[in-house]
Amino acid sequence: MESRAHPNRLGIRGWVGGGRWGIERYLYTLHRLTGLGLLTYFLLHIFVTSARVFGPETWERTMRSVEGPVFKGGEYLVFAAFAFHAVNGVRLGMIELGFAIGRPIEPVYPYATSVGRQRPLAIAVLMIAGALAIWGGYNFFFMD
Amino acid sequence: MRDRTLWTWHIFAGVVILVFLGLHMTIMHLNGSFPTFNNPFGGEAESWQNVAARAKSLFFTVTYVVMLGAALYHGLYGLRNILLELGPGAGLRRTIDVGFSLLGLGLFAFGAWVAVAVPGVVSRMGG
Repeated sequence: MESRAHPNRLGIRGWVGGGRWGIERYLYTLHRLTGLGLLTYFLLHIFVTSARVFGPETWERTMRSVEGPVFKGGEYLVFAAFAFHAVNGVRLGMIELGFAIGRPIEPVYPYATSVGRQRPLAIAVLMIAGALAIWGGYNFFFMD
Repeated sequence: MRDRTLWTWHIFAGVVILVFLGLHMTIMHLNGSFPTFNNPFGGEAESWQNVAARAKSLFFTVTYVVMLGAALYHGLYGLRNILLELGPGAGLRRTIDVGFSLLGLGLFAFGAWVAVAVPGVVSRMGG
């Protein structure tokens, strides 16, 4: 979103530093990095998987060209990135719609903030994404 | 189109991706836990037999196209927002908007053509 009133002085540096931020700021950075990674993979994926339109030989040859530990590790990173991006995206959607941040209240000391109210949700996101990443890793490397 | 409308579509596309990409990841990468879930021949999810079996299903053809459109929109709109945050001038902003729109439409046309054409390829191969 363009903001004319508050120019983005920090630019990309602001993703990793610039203030005394809580865990949510780093979830924001990770959300962006995983999003960019998933987009890059997805654009390549469109072309790689289009090989199936040329029949089984081309498909099998293409799949053989993306075999090996490097591609397997990369695919796992894509899975883990999806797990985090999806679960954190649900948190962001809930907050966008006003869930999990509490009702507006009088600013009486000690101040209760919406960031603090949604903190358990942020921790739950990390735990669920971590569990999915472990489950996926077990499937990728021990069951495949 | 107003940014609020585009943002609403971005969130809606995210929900669509959550459902269909979640299904896709389960079929393709959690097949150790669910060996025959939409992999009727078992084994590798990306083997031609399993790919052909899924391609013959109208459900998969439709969901591939829907997921393609939702993921392209969600991803390219997200990247556009990141770039616009860096404060490009009006000309560059216009270039980003038009360029990403054309890129998204082009990739959607290509990917949708593949998804729609593959069932015919499988039929001709006797699959």
